[in-house]
Amino acid sequence: MERPRPLTRAAKGVAVTVVLALVLIPFLVIVSTSLASNREVVAGGGWVLWPSEPTLRAYRTVLSGGIVTEALGVSVALTAAGTLFSLACTTFLAYALARPGVFGGKPVLLLILFTFLFPPGMIPAFLLVKGMGMMDTYTALIAPVLINVFNLIVLRGFFQGIPEELYEAARLDGANDWQILWRVVLPLSKAALAVVSLFYAVSYWNAWFHASIYLESDHWPLSQVLRTYVIGGSQIADTGLSEAGQVSASQTTQMAVLVIATVPILLVYPFLQKYFTKGVLTGAIKS
Amino acid sequence: MVPGLAYFLVFHYGAFIANAVAFKEYVPFDGLWASPWVGTENFSRMFGDPDFWQATWNTLFIAVLQLVFFFPAPLALALLLHSLTSDLLRRFTQSVIYLPHFLSWVVVVALFQQVLGDTGLLNSTLSDAGLHTVDIIGNPDAYKPLVVLEVIWKDAGWGTIIFLAALMQVNEQLYEAAAIDGAGPWRRFWHVTLPSIRPIVILLLIMRLGDILSVGFEQMLLQRQSVGPEAGEVLDTFVFWQGIVGGDTGYAAAAGLFKGVVGAALVFTANRIAHRLGEQGVYK
Repeated sequence: MERPRPLTRAAKGVAVTVVLALVLIPFLVIVSTSLASNREVVAGGGWVLWPSEPTLRAYRTVLSGGIVTEALGVSVALTAAGTLFSLACTTFLAYALARPGVFGGKPVLLLILFTFLFPPGMIPAFLLVKGMGMMDTYTALIAPVLINVFNLIVLRGFFQGIPEELYEAARLDGANDWQILWRVVLPLSKAALAVVSLFYAVSYWNAWFHASIYLESDHWPLSQVLRTYVIGGSQIADTGLSEAGQVSASQTTQMAVLVIATVPILLVYPFLQKYFTKGVLTGAIKS
Repeated sequence: MVPGLAYFLVFHYGAFIANAVAFKEYVPFDGLWASPWVGTENFSRMFGDPDFWQATWNTLFIAVLQLVFFFPAPLALALLLHSLTSDLLRRFTQSVIYLPHFLSWVVVVALFQQVLGDTGLLNSTLSDAGLHTVDIIGNPDAYKPLVVLEVIWKDAGWGTIIFLAALMQVNEQLYEAAAIDGAGPWRRFWHVTLPSIRPIVILLLIMRLGDILSVGFEQMLLQRQSVGPEAGEVLDTFVFWQGIVGGDTGYAAAAGLFKGVVGAALVFTANRIAHRLGEQGVYK
């Protein structure tokens, strides 16, 4: 194609810049404010665009024990355990559904797709968790969301894309289904597994609603703490966490909690980003 | 296969059966099965409840706003990205705009409050400049546009993935043929690009229609209290508030079931219309 005209190019440049700025500036301001000193925050009316004398004081306060530190531990453990269980169960089910001739394969797939069309509803799910005696246990945060249908379809699509000859060759070598899955299918599916793990990890890391209805407040994960103290507006200082209890401290402290809740995602994101399009689309198109 | 299947049977079909509570007066002490049946009493009460209709109205209003403003946003962004000639710039922009999708609603709502709130970034900038401040968070009139803006910020970038893939599959030769026939950039866009991605646009539109009564539960729940139920209650938060906070379990389950049935009916209808128009739709 010919090169676009200068005016079109300028318009595109402006549009892209605006889009990038809209996404990036909020992040920049929040990180800057969390790193700024109290004096600077007060002088800036609560906000700092670029800290002149960055300090980690807010982070030290938040991470020196107390609610946020404990919640961080809960979130990390929950995310690790949840991702592991979900990934294992999704992989097994996806493999079974991807192989032709598995007993009951087709009806089971329909059964699962139906839940996508007609989700059961919040109240019945709540009664079920309560009825199974899972209140105030971490199981209540994992078991009801164990398998995500979208992730299942993505993995199944990927498994189906593996050439049939490889399965046959492995079978001739005397491998059973477990061995085929472990030695042949999984090593070839790293991209899809990486994306699905990220999706699960993010959803466990971000989850707060189930925690808010199923857990007592002293077992909360980080996002529920964030909800209460940053959105709900309760001062973290009120909880005796910030020993000095200055009002001005709370702004930097709140921003520090916000950053802590976001950073793990920012850390894994760049490594997995290249797989997104590939992973998501193989699944989406097949379905 | 067994644990996965067990999960679906227990937590989806089990919960599905537990929807029976919508036809009962739930007594916590008796549990689900021993509670007395009341027939359709919960439903008739619901249809006479102005709060329910307020929530329905809010839901539909927000859904329409989303359809008009949020639905085309990823498509527009994808077209912009697709037209960039620099590969590096395009990849960088993609990485940046996917990012908000991975933040939780808690973080996104907190971000918006910090930027647009009373003492937020926008207002402190305005007052520093000697201008009037604007109340956006906590203003019932601004609530509906605000939540749509948040959805756009969070997910418009992510939504480009599927459109970009569709654009990638448009046959290069069609463009070349059109250019030889003397079609300028606009006519090529109109006669080649748009028709090529129409099936995917219709598919996503149908899925959106089926989901029209779900306008974002977590997002709404997080902000409902800042504006009150009058402006901020949607069907999902109505169910939550009545059932889990208020303990009116059977009643809330009825409202949830109503929403589910209407949603499923909408998917069927939209899909049938798509078939009539000669499109593929979500399923055959």
